[in-house]
Amino acid sequence: MRNEIRFSGFGGQGIILSAVILGRAAVMYDNKFAVQTQVYGPEARGGASMSQVVIDDAEILYPKVANPDIYVIMSQEGFEKYGVGAPESAVMLVDSSLVHSRPKCRCIGIPATQEAKQTLKKDIVANIVMLGALVAATHIVSEESLKKAILDSVPKGTEDLNLKAMQLGLQLGKQP
Amino acid sequence: MTSRLEFWQGNTACAEGALAAGCNFFGGYPITPSTEVAEHMAAKLPKKGGVFIQMEDEIASMASIIGASWTGARAMTATSGPGFSLMMENIGFAAMTETPCVVVNVQRGGPSTGQPTMSAQGDMMQVRFGSHGDYAIIALCPASVQEMYELTAKAFNLADKYRVPVFLMADETVGHMREKILVPDKVERVDRKPLAADALPFKADADLIPGFGQFGTGHHVHVTGLTHDERGYPATTNPKLHADLVKRLVDKIENARYDMADYDIINPDAHKVFVAYGGPVRTVQQVMHDRKDKDIGFLRIRTVWPFPEKALAAFKNAQAFFVPELNLGQMAREIERHVKVPVVSIPKLGGELHTPAELIAALEAKR
Repeated sequence: MRNEIRFSGFGGQGIILSAVILGRAAVMYDNKFAVQTQVYGPEARGGASMSQVVIDDAEILYPKVANPDIYVIMSQEGFEKYGVGAPESAVMLVDSSLVHSRPKCRCIGIPATQEAKQTLKKDIVANIVMLGALVAATHIVSEESLKKAILDSVPKGTEDLNLKAMQLGLQLGKQP
Repeated sequence: MTSRLEFWQGNTACAEGALAAGCNFFGGYPITPSTEVAEHMAAKLPKKGGVFIQMEDEIASMASIIGASWTGARAMTATSGPGFSLMMENIGFAAMTETPCVVVNVQRGGPSTGQPTMSAQGDMMQVRFGSHGDYAIIALCPASVQEMYELTAKAFNLADKYRVPVFLMADETVGHMREKILVPDKVERVDRKPLAADALPFKADADLIPGFGQFGTGHHVHVTGLTHDERGYPATTNPKLHADLVKRLVDKIENARYDMADYDIINPDAHKVFVAYGGPVRTVQQVMHDRKDKDIGFLRIRTVWPFPEKALAAFKNAQAFFVPELNLGQMAREIERHVKVPVVSIPKLGGELHTPAELIAALEAKR
């Protein structure tokens, strides 16, 4: 089963890191295959940033995402540039604090930035909240694998904050 | 042999492959999309007792690895198109002086500064012929993060064995993507043949390769880009000496092409045959997997130079060869020289991989 996940937001939100963490969770802890790619263009500096992950049980041959079936969108510009064309069969998680448009596919609004700011006093971990919500909503990787991949990837001294952000996301993503 | 699992970027795997191979000198100048190789070497190499130098430009970067090599170092640099162009003069010097070294080119869109962040394979002829005069080199093309590691390590062995600059001709796609890699505990190491105590430093053995008179090991070695005799002294007006030297520099590589050839032959009885190297390999693999058609063959090449032309003859029933490349058909022209059936170039410019659908369309257009 091949899943294609597209992350978009603005530069600085940790969009690329989110994709790397997801790919890492799949490969290192879920015994799956994953390929992560990203848009490197200069427009990513403060503009819409985008990164994609392919996850498969079998070896991944063509490495690029052609038709994402899962979207994680964290900015309005990211939605307009990389999310608006999502087909009806896809599922999209949006940071409802920042994205006011909604796609024609199934959409799960997660107030990640707002909750990160209010509950954790750090909106910088909004991307980790979104990752937690993504895993709760889609089970694309296991919670345990996500946790390990986050711990591998975040700066020393921020582990507790990031794990709290993940837990917050897991709760928000489970809500119907 | 055991191995450990990692989720690495191609450029990280390249640097780690170099470290595993015992690379102990890196001289370079950062340039997208190769910069992560230099970054990783800067972080890791000094801790292993090696030397990392950021040079003032790519001319100096290439010079630095040549100098380091003569002191016995396993030396490398990494660059992309514009930097690669600047290296050309000293690449010729390395070929003429038979200096083992490894040059990584993570190819991006050209000409000139072109598309820094996008993928291309536009330097495949430049790597073979870009410096002036006749010479030969070895070029390897990785198609996965695993191969970024393995072929980098292999490049050092080939450089030392044949005393020649060896090129890892990657592309942005493979350099920047992250994927699963199994990192081996250790990699094979083939060292340079040392110069015997009483031997002349540029007198070749039967394999056309002279022993290496490393600086500081008691030999009196003169290293010059001028045409030189077996002592290494300039001898620039003797027609036969020049012809013999240049012929040997070419023959030591070209005659050994099947000793170093690295390719896979899939469905040799097929009538339609893809030939690919680097990033486009992945799209062909996808087409082969989706179609499961024994009548579609695939020659997947890792040693692009010297070109392993005999591999084409393995496809005895081939009615056409299809060559997807991220350039306007550079290797397709090389393949045309070696086969009697049509060669269909499938060029793609712009910086993105061919999609599987594009390759299938090209196959079906040729009836």
